[in-house]
Amino acid sequence: MIRPMRQAIAALLALTLGLAGASAVLAQNAPPRIVIGPGVIEPMPIAVPTFIDEGGAGDYAREIGRVVISDLEGTGFFRNIGEEAYISRVTGFDAPVAFEDWKAINAQVLVTGAVTVSGDRITVKFRAYDVFNGTTMEGAALQFAGTTQGWRRMAHKVADVVYSKITGEGGYFDSRVVFVSESGPKNQRLKRLAVMDYDGANVAFLTDSSSIVLAPRFSPQGDRILYTSYETGFPRITLMDVASLGRQTLAEQPGTMTFAPRFSPDGGTVVFSLERGGNTDIYALSVGSGQLTQLTNAPSIETAPSFSPDGSQIVFESDRSGVPQIYVMPAGGGEGTRISGGAGRYGTPVWSPRGDYIAFTKQNEGRFHIGVMRTDGSEERLLTASFLDEGPTWAPNGRVLMFTRETSGGGGQASLWSVDITGRNLKQIPTDGPASDPAWSPLLP
Amino acid sequence: MSLAAKSLLLIAVLGLAACNNPDRYGAGGPGGAGGAGGAGGMGGIDTTGLGDPNNPTSIAYFNQRVGDRVLFAVDQSTLSPEARTILSGQAQWLNTNTGYAAIIEGHADEQGTREYNLALGARRAAAVQNFLISQGVPANRLRTISYGKERPIEVCSTEECYSKNRRSVTVLSAGVGM
Repeated sequence: MIRPMRQAIAALLALTLGLAGASAVLAQNAPPRIVIGPGVIEPMPIAVPTFIDEGGAGDYAREIGRVVISDLEGTGFFRNIGEEAYISRVTGFDAPVAFEDWKAINAQVLVTGAVTVSGDRITVKFRAYDVFNGTTMEGAALQFAGTTQGWRRMAHKVADVVYSKITGEGGYFDSRVVFVSESGPKNQRLKRLAVMDYDGANVAFLTDSSSIVLAPRFSPQGDRILYTSYETGFPRITLMDVASLGRQTLAEQPGTMTFAPRFSPDGGTVVFSLERGGNTDIYALSVGSGQLTQLTNAPSIETAPSFSPDGSQIVFESDRSGVPQIYVMPAGGGEGTRISGGAGRYGTPVWSPRGDYIAFTKQNEGRFHIGVMRTDGSEERLLTASFLDEGPTWAPNGRVLMFTRETSGGGGQASLWSVDITGRNLKQIPTDGPASDPAWSPLLP
Repeated sequence: MSLAAKSLLLIAVLGLAACNNPDRYGAGGPGGAGGAGGAGGMGGIDTTGLGDPNNPTSIAYFNQRVGDRVLFAVDQSTLSPEARTILSGQAQWLNTNTGYAAIIEGHADEQGTREYNLALGARRAAAVQNFLISQGVPANRLRTISYGKERPIEVCSTEECYSKNRRSVTVLSAGVGM
C-alpha cells in the first residue's frame, strides 16, 4: 500500500513546526515510498515532463518519456500528472528545479531526462527527484547509452530505477517474455514460438508454425530457451540458442516422450518430465555432460518441476493422491512432501525468483485460478478466476505474474494476462493475435 | 498424379473418410498428406491409400467398421467394456493384416493443465497399447504419442464435447512387412 503520504507529511510538518528545536532528521520528510502489500492502493502522483532534446533526439525524447509513464502507470502504483497541469516547465536537464511548482500540483516524484542521438547511438540520462524534500533521490541519476534500436530498453531502465527506488523491490520492465503465438481454429491450432518485451512490444518469431510448440522457458541468463516441440513427430524437449536460433533435441530416449522442461538456477541442469510406457516421472539432465538422473519413481503422474532459487529443492505436480497436488522434494530427488491442501486440483507450480512464494494453477468447481502460496503451502491466495487460467510465470522481481487465459467454446482463444501477487492490477498484455504459455526472462543486463 | 493426390481423390469419391478422419493434423502431427502417413515428421511423408470401407483389409474398414477410437472417463485411463470390445476388434484386425503398423494417440479434454494433460494422454495411449499387446499384437508394430489437450475433435466447452475429446485413436500406416 501507499503510506498515507500527505497526512504523514502534514503530521511531520506540524511536529517540526511545533517543536522549534526538532532535530534535522525530523525536519526531513520521509522519501517517497510505496510498500507493496495487501490493502487499498492510492496511486502515487508523479510528473514525467517530456525529456529534453540535447541534440538529434527528435521523436525519441517524447517516446521515451511515454514508455517510462506507461511502465510506471502500468503497475497500478503510480498516476502520471498530465502536462496541462504543469505550472513550470523543465527547460534544461541541469537547470534548477522549481520544486514549489511541482509540490503545488502534488507531484511526489519528478522524473526529468535528456536524450542525445548521434548516428545510431543514443544516450539517455535522467534524474528522479523527491519533490517534497527538494532532493535527487539516492541513486536515481543515471545515464544509459546504446543503439537507437534499444531505445525502449533505456526507457524501461529509467522506469525500473524509479520503481525500484520507490517500492524497494527489484525492477522488471527491462525484460522479455517468450510465449506461444497461436492462430487457426481450436481443433487445428497452429503454434509458434515468439518473444516480446514484457509489455507486448517488439515481437519476434523464433519458429515457424509447422510443428506444435509448447511451454517455452528462459535460461537464467536469458540466452537460451527450453520448450517442447513435436518437430520430430513426437513431443521432445528442445533447447534453442536465442542469438542464433540454433536448436537441439535433448534427452532423446527411444520410445519415450519428454516435456515440461525448466532450467536450474545455475543453468547447468534441466528438469523435465519423461514418459515411458504411459508413466510420467521427473528427470534431471546435466546440460554439459548429458547425464540423465531419475528424480521420482512412482506409477502416478509426476510433472511440471520447478527449482527453488537456491537450487536445493524442486516443487512439482503429482496425482499420486488421486488428484493433482503440489509436492516439494530435494533437488536430488525423493518422495516429496505434499504442500497443497485445499479443495480442487493443483498444477504447474513455479517457485518465485525471490523464494518466498510458489505460484500455481488451481482448478475447482469448474473454474480455474492463478494463485500463490508460501513454500510450505500456507497462506494460499487465489488471484484470478475464469473459465481457464493456467501456467503462471514470475516477473524477475517476484511481485507480478503473467499467465494464459483462454475463453470457452468453439471460438475460444488464448491471451496473456498479468496480475500482482496481491491480486491487484489484473490486465491483458497486448498481442497481435491469440497467445499462450508466457515465460518471463530475467532482468536484462 | 501423385500418390497423395490419388488418395485425396479417393477420399473425395467415397465421400466418407473426410468426416472419419477429423483429427489428422497435417503439419506437426504424425499423419501425412492423405490422412494416414508415416510417423516421422522429419523423415518425409509416407502415403497410404485408405481403400474401400467394404474391403475388410483396408484402412477405411479399420477406421469405420472396426472403430479407430475409444473414449475415457474424466482423468481416467481405464478401458471400459465398450472400449475393450473395440480394441479386441482392432487387435484381431492387426493380427490379420500384418502389413500395418499403428500409432496410438492419446488425447485429453481441455479441463486440465497442459502438462498434466500430456501425461494423461500418454497414459491413455499406453493403456490401449498394452491391451493390444495382450491380444497378441507385436509391440514393435505399435507406438504411442500424446497430444494432451492440443487437438480436440470437438470444440465446444461442455461435457458433450469433452467426452468425445477424451480419446485414444489408433492411426494405421503401411509400414511393417510391406
